[in-house]
Amino acid sequence: MVIGLESTIWLIVKPIVIFAFVLGIVPIILWIERKLLGRFQSRLGPNRVGFRGLMQPAADVLKLLSKEASTPETAVPWMMAIAPVISIVTAVATLAIIPWGPVGAWGGDVGLYGIDVSIGVLYFFAFGSLAFYGLMLGGWASGSKYSFLGAMRSAAQLISYEVALGLSLLGVAMTAGSISIVDIVASQDNIWYVVPQFVGFCIFLVAGFAETSRAPFDLPEADAEIVSGYNTEFGGMRFGSFFMAEYIEVVIISGIAAACFLGGWHGPGPEALGPLWMFLKLMLGVLFFIWIRASLPRLRYDQLMSFGWKILLPLATLNVLATAIVLVVT
Amino acid sequence: MSPFAWENDVVEVERGPEPGGLGGAYRAFGETLRGLRTTLGRVVEGHHTIQYPEEKTPVYPRFRGRHKLHRFEDTGLEKCVGCSLCAAACPAKCIRVVAAENTPENQVSAGERYAAVYEINMTRCIFCGYCELACPFDAITMGNDYELADYSRSDLIFTKEMLLAEPPEHTPLRRAGE
Repeated sequence: MVIGLESTIWLIVKPIVIFAFVLGIVPIILWIERKLLGRFQSRLGPNRVGFRGLMQPAADVLKLLSKEASTPETAVPWMMAIAPVISIVTAVATLAIIPWGPVGAWGGDVGLYGIDVSIGVLYFFAFGSLAFYGLMLGGWASGSKYSFLGAMRSAAQLISYEVALGLSLLGVAMTAGSISIVDIVASQDNIWYVVPQFVGFCIFLVAGFAETSRAPFDLPEADAEIVSGYNTEFGGMRFGSFFMAEYIEVVIISGIAAACFLGGWHGPGPEALGPLWMFLKLMLGVLFFIWIRASLPRLRYDQLMSFGWKILLPLATLNVLATAIVLVVT
Repeated sequence: MSPFAWENDVVEVERGPEPGGLGGAYRAFGETLRGLRTTLGRVVEGHHTIQYPEEKTPVYPRFRGRHKLHRFEDTGLEKCVGCSLCAAACPAKCIRVVAAENTPENQVSAGERYAAVYEINMTRCIFCGYCELACPFDAITMGNDYELADYSRSDLIFTKEMLLAEPPEHTPLRRAGE
């Protein structure tokens, strides 16, 4: 395959756009989250820095930058250095497959997505699993018992929920007849998969919460029990990277949910409006994440396990079976 | 009936359904939705917080805050006659009164004597209001102001001039029924 000049330019432009999007969206989500959490708890949220507290994320980042990235005596320094990098790299890499529009939506023959890999869903799982190396190495390398407990919890959580997450997307992949995310979105022309795959959607959401280790599945960093879990010993921007990776994960799960279940770029109006619809659906997912965080208490460890293995996994399997039967019959 | 009286008083508590199983999952789902509704209700309701430095918590009229010394409104003479009853009543021993004789040239108070020094050490004061009760002339009363923080301890020893002057800021009073 000969790579032409135009596609080379796109090869450079797309990553830049993706990074710019990430760096732009994370502070906005942070602000929305803190504001909304405040409202959910009958208070106002940050309102001191900038107009309505809009500069609060900037202030937080500045504070983090000025902090020391200390390493405990018992830690493995090089592992502590790479763990946040793994977290953030895998998170940003997954963002590349979130589709914003079809090929030619904004003219030309370029698709509004980072890459259209034919194994889209698998790519998502692969990097989702790799992301846990960041947490596990971080927790292990810290040489602190709380970090270690947090890391063990994330490992256990990963294997309990990754399977259900995979099976929930399997129904969609079977209906669409492809595991490329772009193809899956394209095949939702008539009906969004949230309707025929409603059970799969619910399973995906629940497992997605576990995947991002957010409330009510935030056991890896359960503040009340294990200080802050895997990132206890991390300071400065190393902690900031973990923190940012968590929010990118939220964006990814919302994005995949929007793409695979909520019709992605499909919506009223011309095709060029696709990215807008996609963005709205994605933000809807993010808002749901925040709403859940404000509402539900953290699960106990054994509850998490038994819920994952005894309820979610059988339900996901049944869902796949039912989808298969329906597909064969019709 | 049990022969022990206390056993007859034991009331069976109402227990929730057993957790687990399909029914448990169904109920957990319902409770999740209920939790979501509860938090959304808080958003609809609006916030209950007070934006403190801009907005102050109103106090009740009987709130005991920063002390005030009073003058007679008509003559402008100080009500305090330097009897030191407040200092005697003070459980925290934070009031210091040094009395001096009034002279015709220097008539400070309405009585024979006046307080040459009247100091309240606000770091010690427990705001019990006994000074107010002990005072035979209502010369000292408790005001409503609670913003008394300062940068050094010596700044918190309030002198007679400070206590006689109007307090620098006014704390809002609670309206009836609030």
